[in-house]
Amino acid sequence: MEDVKPTKVIDARGSYCPGPLMELIKAYKQGKVGDVISVYSSDEGTRKDAPAWIQKSGNELVGVYTRDGYYEIVMKKVK
Amino acid sequence: MAEKTSIILFSGAMDKLMAGSIISSGAVANGMDVDIFVTFWALLQLKKNGRPAPTLSPDAGNMAGQIMQVMAEKKIPSWLDTLKKLQEIGTVNVYACAMFADLMGIKKNDLDPIVKDIIGVSQFVDMARESKMTLFL
Repeated sequence: MEDVKPTKVIDARGSYCPGPLMELIKAYKQGKVGDVISVYSSDEGTRKDAPAWIQKSGNELVGVYTRDGYYEIVMKKVK
Repeated sequence: MAEKTSIILFSGAMDKLMAGSIISSGAVANGMDVDIFVTFWALLQLKKNGRPAPTLSPDAGNMAGQIMQVMAEKKIPSWLDTLKKLQEIGTVNVYACAMFADLMGIKKNDLDPIVKDIIGVSQFVDMARESKMTLFL
């Protein structure tokens, strides 16, 4: 993870499901192939929903990391 | 062509309207287009002026006050704001019910600009026929 630098970081802490996922999808749609998008979320639903969406949509789930009081979910835009 | 979800918003209760906007988010996340038909008490919540005061569905029982407070504290976005944000990333069409609009003398201009058109039930059912799922809230 440390060697993958996010192209864009979305801080969606304090927002509730499905807020952070929708922010991620918006950034994904605005981004280009190869972009690495990271979303910070304090919401439990998003910790499950976002990785599921990333994989279902055919993109790459770089990782889900537990940070200090929030989660960081990182994806790479493949298509 | 994208798969579609149809939602009929009937209740004007905030919790049901929010369920509608949140399920719409889920549909958009799954690459679906959403057609929403707004009628009766829900339609009154789309008026620009003179909206009835927000209430929760009877299911909330004696928790209503507590939930309203928690939603305010946690700054939960309104159902309408959720739908508007959703339109930035997906296709969400909001239609007002012609029957109820006529009954109450509501014109398109009286409604929030999110309303694409005022249409009849037959036209909406025709849209719903083509969709993968239809919900009545």
